[in-house]
Amino acid sequence: MTGSRLRARGLRLAYGDDVVVDGLDLDVPDGAVTAVVGPNGCGKSTMLRALGRLHPPRAGEVLLDGRRIDRIPTREVARVIGLLPQSPVAPDGLTVADLVMRGRHPHQNWFRQWSPADQQVVAEALEWTGLRDLAARPVDTLSGGQRQRAWISMAVAQGTEIMLLDEPTTYLDLTHQIDVLDLVSRLHRERGRTIVMVLHDLNLAARYADRVVAMRDGRIVAQGPPAEVFTVELLADVFGLAALVIPDPATGTPLVVPLPRNNVVPPGQTPGHG
Amino acid sequence: MTPVLSPPDRRAVHAGRFSGTVSLRSMLVGAAGLVLTVIVTVLGIGHGSFTIAPGEVLDTLLGGGTAAQRLIVLDLRLPRILTALLVGAALAVSGALTQTFARNPLASPDVLGVTHGASLGAVAVIVLGGGAAAGLVPIAALAGALITAALVYVLAWRRGVDGFRLVLVGIGVGEVVTAGVSWFLVRAEVVDATRATIWLNGSVAGAEWDQVRPLALGLAVLLPLAVATTFTLQALQFDDDVAQSLGVRLQTARLAVVLTAVALAAAAVAAAGPIEFVAFVVPQVALRLCGGSRPPLVVSAILGALLVIVADLAARLALPERELPVGLVTAMVGAPYLLWLLIRTNRRVSA
Repeated sequence: MTGSRLRARGLRLAYGDDVVVDGLDLDVPDGAVTAVVGPNGCGKSTMLRALGRLHPPRAGEVLLDGRRIDRIPTREVARVIGLLPQSPVAPDGLTVADLVMRGRHPHQNWFRQWSPADQQVVAEALEWTGLRDLAARPVDTLSGGQRQRAWISMAVAQGTEIMLLDEPTTYLDLTHQIDVLDLVSRLHRERGRTIVMVLHDLNLAARYADRVVAMRDGRIVAQGPPAEVFTVELLADVFGLAALVIPDPATGTPLVVPLPRNNVVPPGQTPGHG
Repeated sequence: MTPVLSPPDRRAVHAGRFSGTVSLRSMLVGAAGLVLTVIVTVLGIGHGSFTIAPGEVLDTLLGGGTAAQRLIVLDLRLPRILTALLVGAALAVSGALTQTFARNPLASPDVLGVTHGASLGAVAVIVLGGGAAAGLVPIAALAGALITAALVYVLAWRRGVDGFRLVLVGIGVGEVVTAGVSWFLVRAEVVDATRATIWLNGSVAGAEWDQVRPLALGLAVLLPLAVATTFTLQALQFDDDVAQSLGVRLQTARLAVVLTAVALAAAAVAAAGPIEFVAFVVPQVALRLCGGSRPPLVVSAILGALLVIVADLAARLALPERELPVGLVTAMVGAPYLLWLLIRTNRRVSA
């Protein structure tokens, strides 16, 4: 592990009186893919937003290169950290090219709104995400998979070293989930980006992440390489899930096989009564 | 090889230190709008109880003409036409800003409290001050607009202002202020009530150079400011998380846009009263003509100016001896056009 530009110390995050994350420390490893997993409502999305300075902490701090992130000008942060929310909304009529062009916003100012360098970066981002032929299409006419690809393309154009992705595969069918995660994986491999993503599918997390952070009730319960985190004990502890963990025949990473609850009911008893 | 950037109708432009992109379609629509505006302006100046041919109007505007023509064109008719042009441009740009930052095509400066506040100020002065206070009406309207807009903004503030809450609070405050206007109208003398009603319908009749100068000066500052906010507006169109991730300071950016929109609308309403539908319809018309994801500001300004002078000319042609307030005409012309556009767009989408 080389180091951590982005860190959290003693983070407490709340909505009104509801504290959802408390006493959280995290070092985001540079140049690696980190997957954050945990049951619904465990505070993983809130933590991600706090890392991207979108949710001000009640206590503790988020540090970027050792400086408190809320003391750094927001445009400066936007050149280092990009965040893709769970279901981002594009205005009606916005084309894919326009969307990707907006990724250059933190590099522009009101009198220099467009430069040859911007043009270069945007064209490259479109090409790289395979969207060149869709560039003139309005974003609202795309399929879910294409749309997510367009948003990732915008994040690529933003050119940030650190990318925070909040459930980038939500609402996508399996093929498109793989498609999006392959893209994320290429970002990491070909462009050396640091990636933190919240994922629900444990097997995909095990496949695509170098490092897994498992959360429950606003705390980090375990973190490390997928093989160390995804154990039978941890799955029972964090998710209350009875499961087998076997090596993934395709990649050798851990494969979580949930045990169906009815099968463990002894014969003679009706399922649902125990 | 230079990479091809789609959509192909966008061109990079440079002007001094400024660089940006402009869509060709917007430039064409804008140019067509400008030509039409110039034509209608010349016709509008020429038309009246003493008709002047278009060639002579142009000649007079460029410094020629007889003494009588100079009096009629420069002193009597030009202030009215200029007021119409400036008010139309200001209202349309204000509407385009409001609709973009509120992310709501039905928003207009009305929901920021501007129009209702100006009405209350103006009607109060007309009713309480009578004929003697006529000169104070624009100032009272301006003050009413700014105070009400500030009130809406403060009431909508809860750890920051978001577009949706601002619209809701604005509608609520608007209702209260409108009740105030009605109260003044009910207890007013008949003469004052009539004058107030004429003001409430928006009119550029009787505009003089004394009103045009401050309006022109204000717009000379505000319109470039509005265009400068385009940069932030583009990012504000996204949801808050995306906008903030792109490095936008949400509250500062929003305040800058709201202030510009309020100032533009307040200046226009103070000069001519509330001219209905311009701020609401023109940005949507411009958006549909130019395409894209938000109403274009410069084209909105041109089309706003065009709509108001067309409406003014139409009002004078329709009832020569008893002029219709221009605000009535903009509503009658603008609303059906918007409906037609909406129906046509729906058909295309569902086809």
